[in-house]
Amino acid sequence: MNAATRLNGTDRPVVFLNARVIDPSRNLEAIGAVIVADKRIVAAGPDAARGAGPAGAEVVDCAGAIVAPGLVDMRAFVGEPGAEHRETLMSAGHAAAAGGVTTIVTMPDTDPVIDDIALVDFIVRRAGVETEIRVHPMAALTKGLAGKEMTELRLLGEAGAVGFTDGRRSITDAALLRRALTYARDFGGLVMHHTADPNLVGAGVMNEGEVATRLGLSGIPKEAEIVVLERDVRLAGLTRGRYHAAQISCAESLDIVRRAKAAGLAVTCGVSINHLSLNENDIGPYRTFFKLSPPLRSEADRQAMVAGLADGSIDVVVSSHDPQDVDTKRYPFAEAADGAVGLETMLPAALRLVHSGDIGLVGLFRALATRPAEILGLEVGKLAPGAPADLIVVDPDTPWICEAELLRSRSKNTPFEGARFQGRVLRTLVAGRTVYEYAPA
Amino acid sequence: MNAPPPLSAVTFPHRHLLGIEGLSPGEIVALLDLAEDEIAVSRQVEKKKAVLRGRTQINLFFEASTRTQSSFEIAGKRLGADVMNMSIGASSVKKGETLVDTAITLNAMRPDILVVRHHAAGAVELLARKMSCSVINAGDGQHEHPTQALLDALTIRRHKGRIAGLVVAICGDIAHSRVARSNILLLNALGAAVRVIGPSTLLPAGIERLGVEVFTDMRRGLAGADIVMMLRLQRERMDGGYVPSVREYFHFFGLDREKLAWAKTDALVMHPGPMNRGVEIDSAVADGPQSLIREQVEMGVAVRMAVLEALAAHLPND
Repeated sequence: MNAATRLNGTDRPVVFLNARVIDPSRNLEAIGAVIVADKRIVAAGPDAARGAGPAGAEVVDCAGAIVAPGLVDMRAFVGEPGAEHRETLMSAGHAAAAGGVTTIVTMPDTDPVIDDIALVDFIVRRAGVETEIRVHPMAALTKGLAGKEMTELRLLGEAGAVGFTDGRRSITDAALLRRALTYARDFGGLVMHHTADPNLVGAGVMNEGEVATRLGLSGIPKEAEIVVLERDVRLAGLTRGRYHAAQISCAESLDIVRRAKAAGLAVTCGVSINHLSLNENDIGPYRTFFKLSPPLRSEADRQAMVAGLADGSIDVVVSSHDPQDVDTKRYPFAEAADGAVGLETMLPAALRLVHSGDIGLVGLFRALATRPAEILGLEVGKLAPGAPADLIVVDPDTPWICEAELLRSRSKNTPFEGARFQGRVLRTLVAGRTVYEYAPA
Repeated sequence: MNAPPPLSAVTFPHRHLLGIEGLSPGEIVALLDLAEDEIAVSRQVEKKKAVLRGRTQINLFFEASTRTQSSFEIAGKRLGADVMNMSIGASSVKKGETLVDTAITLNAMRPDILVVRHHAAGAVELLARKMSCSVINAGDGQHEHPTQALLDALTIRRHKGRIAGLVVAICGDIAHSRVARSNILLLNALGAAVRVIGPSTLLPAGIERLGVEVFTDMRRGLAGADIVMMLRLQRERMDGGYVPSVREYFHFFGLDREKLAWAKTDALVMHPGPMNRGVEIDSAVADGPQSLIREQVEMGVAVRMAVLEALAAHLPND
């Protein structure tokens, strides 16, 4: 059977043999098999291949490659609706499938803003037609992302929103955030927040410090993040609502999250793959593809993020996929848009942390798949029997060099152009159907 | 003074002048030596050299600056170039065209030298990457203003005979000043002891890592200084944003005779202009015997001629 017939979906059962099976939901890392039938995992683990497999199954010898849950990316900006020249649900879906991401959570910062049930419904329906991966929208927490009035949180949730966020924006009104957390608590709604005080950010465009001063760029102090996160955690304590910090970037934020967790609050946090991989020095001669929000911080902060991921203080890794085109990036650094694409490079970049010995495969896939699914209340993100068959086959070792032009995203603003990676996705299945298969050039 | 050694592509191996950063002390001195020669040219009746004859120099200013633009224009014309001034308001750029597209358009007009001032740090470097001609940074945001630092160094050297070992105090809005950054880099490269003086709201994070001594008390910062370099305080920063008022700023950081007396008796006063009299500097000091402010303007033309001539060695000749 060739790739072409497998793609575009058959529901034929598949048996993966000689796989290194990773299932963080069971703390499982073992050589074994994974059996997929009827869109679900039948068995996965060292003993899975015992007994007869499903009739008519395709049998794949993985030759030691990893089989792990498909990645669940909690933070992806897609240009649809409103900026389809940068990314559509279809192109994002192709990029995601190639990167081993089987579920993406889209941000509401679109045009129009996703702050109404009809628009949530639009994303859900359109994604169902345009892409084979799973797409779950997050809806705006405030109308028009204006930070003034709560949206219809509960109706939006019933329409399919998996959480509520103002996307790139931070809410300055503490009373509003308090009410939103309190209101959402009644139905278990998740509030995700970008923690950056806009006044402290001010005219800043990169991490404050010596590098910014040398480049003559205005700095963003870490306190822009810390102050908001500290406030939010206090509000989470007051309201007992479910709060998720979208992406933290510095060591002090990690301390705040650890304290909140120790106090038993429903507080979780994410970190972007960029902040695990890069630091402020990568900006070099004003390279705008490294202009991010929050900004890339110091190497000590990057190392703190890696340590926080390894010890579980950081719950999830996100791509923070943010397609920007030449029309927003071909400017002087201070005037260029923030953001980097990341769906296709998140896993290869994250595997660097495995190769360097900073984290094990189970820990990594917990943060890339299992935890985000748990936080979002999705049944994916694991290879437990009965779970949806969203899985990826990963060759962890083969080296390759990232070429922006080959990325499937419509925008090529990757900070990993020319990066040397080791390991890549060989095959991606969503609900038992193969949606991507690596074809060597 | 002896005739300067001829400046060649070997002694100045750069196609662009984007900043002081990246220049070796030897290259800086070579530019200053050549500038001495240009002073002589500018003081002749026939103020002409032919090193840029037939060349096109475009002065592309995204930020208005009468003095820097005219200084570059005169410098180019004295070297024989055809000089064209283009002033582009920031608003018209915002209307659509990206800076890279502007560069591609200009490049198609085949200029030989592009002199650029832009309100954003790094913008000149971005242009330089897309242009096939030589590019000179005439000020990019809060990053660098290399010809200002060179003209300041030339002015100092002509009066003190040296740079090494001098104590230079740079006072005022260090955070938003490209002049301060370029001067810190250049003066450190040539062995001066550099101090910065200002209220902490106008001192950027990590400034001490650039090899300067930091003072927030002006009198202490001026004690023993050979050179006092004042910076312009932009109007929009005076009204409670960074300092509470003009009155308060002048009281603590304005250079008057009393504060200047803390510096060495033969200390010299400089200002890149345009001055805000009564804000950062008192008229009695600005026009007084220790002031080099007018001479800086003359040195500006000479230094810019030197830079243009040095880069001319790299222009293609076929």
